[in-house]
Amino acid sequence: MADRQHKAGASGEAPASAGWIRIHPLTVRITHWINVLAILIMVTSGWRIYNASPIWDFEFPAGITLGGWLGGALQWHFAAMWMLGINGFIYLAYGIFSGHFRRKLWPVTPRAVLHDVFEALRGKLAHDDLSMYNAAQKAAYLGLILAIIVLVLSGVAIWKPVQFQELTALFGGYDFARIVHFAAMSLVVLIVLVHVAMVALVPKTFPTMITGRARRVA
Amino acid sequence: MNEQGGRTRTRGLVKLRDLAAPGQIERIERRLFLKRGLTLGGLAMLTGCDVTDNAAVDKVLWAMSRWNDRVQAGLFSQTRLAPEYPESAITKPFPFNAYYGIDEVRMVDGDAFKLELSGLIRDKKPWTLRDLYALPQASQITRHICVEGWSAIGQWSGVPFRDFLARIGADTTAKYVGFRCADDYYSSIDMETALHPQTLLALRYGNDILPPKYGFPMKLRVPTKLGFKNPKHIMAMFVTNAYVGGYWEDQGYNWFSGS
Repeated sequence: MADRQHKAGASGEAPASAGWIRIHPLTVRITHWINVLAILIMVTSGWRIYNASPIWDFEFPAGITLGGWLGGALQWHFAAMWMLGINGFIYLAYGIFSGHFRRKLWPVTPRAVLHDVFEALRGKLAHDDLSMYNAAQKAAYLGLILAIIVLVLSGVAIWKPVQFQELTALFGGYDFARIVHFAAMSLVVLIVLVHVAMVALVPKTFPTMITGRARRVA
Repeated sequence: MNEQGGRTRTRGLVKLRDLAAPGQIERIERRLFLKRGLTLGGLAMLTGCDVTDNAAVDKVLWAMSRWNDRVQAGLFSQTRLAPEYPESAITKPFPFNAYYGIDEVRMVDGDAFKLELSGLIRDKKPWTLRDLYALPQASQITRHICVEGWSAIGQWSGVPFRDFLARIGADTTAKYVGFRCADDYYSSIDMETALHPQTLLALRYGNDILPPKYGFPMKLRVPTKLGFKNPKHIMAMFVTNAYVGGYWEDQGYNWFSGS
């Protein structure tokens, strides 16, 4: 479909100059940036909501939370959940039906992930060809997708523990679903921090998520 | 562009020139431009006050909350029951919670008390506690979930609210049931929820008459809604088609707040 990574230079939405290849389809770029905004709102408002009744012996500094007070944070959270959910649904549907996931994120084996993580730690990041993800990236992106799915489902479970009580039971009941929700948030934040750090280390990847194009590797 | 040309431009660009290898400036400039464009929204949001105090944003958030009311009303079903628990699951002690501290709990004189009825109700005769205790009672052990996130399991007994609404001839085609309380609290619920089989006009907690800290003389127990939709110290109730809101709801908590 619109996923043109293997047809670099073919006629398409991007000007097909010889030195450029298209690596991020438009749908992926749009949903990526909407997701950035949605996650930012959901996480920062969620921290404020957490502060109203902390699970553990710490609170998030008010300055990095959104909403001003519990009621305001809840308004942000329950407004942005639609942005996160609808955008995520479009992304997943696109990724599955266009073959985008299969091409970019699959296959991924534990051995290859360990190998590439080790390489990355040695400073030999195998990401010269921006159209190809290394195994560590595949694992991180798949992990992020799964973590957000768990985050959304556990969120629904604590939002509707009566109407969706089977889902809540699946997460170990209302109180445990809160812990799952928190853990999934922590994992998402962790992966995002690593992701942003990696983009900072390989800055040429940044404009590609806006223009969709990258310089062809010689 | 020669070196001199570069210096006559902004200080920032000179710095960039110093840092960047020749030929990269254009790309860096473009990247910065894109970065700025993209983070404008993020920046505005992170500076906090700008966005959260903005009237237009506030309006959107309230509109989304009204939309969420409709979604939750759609999800709600009168045959969908809140889970009930064994006595061993009851949280002890059951937490006190109100918009004030426990030392400010209102004391209501039970002997003088009469529940006032108004609005779209056929028989508006006020009810004494004695008369209410004499009605058929039901009991439930359900989870109270606070908007703050904590939860606790308690046991309440009292008059099934739908039976009471039928007894007083409430117009059950009306939209809302509203409550006014001795502690100046007020709230309202949708008629669908009012008619849910587990919605209870609670008169007892455990085996005791509802103690003041849990809302004497009566509390509306709604296990399908968050805790703040369970008004305590109810003095008056009314049936209406006009939106009522509530103490917390008017400040921004979602009105429906279904569980």
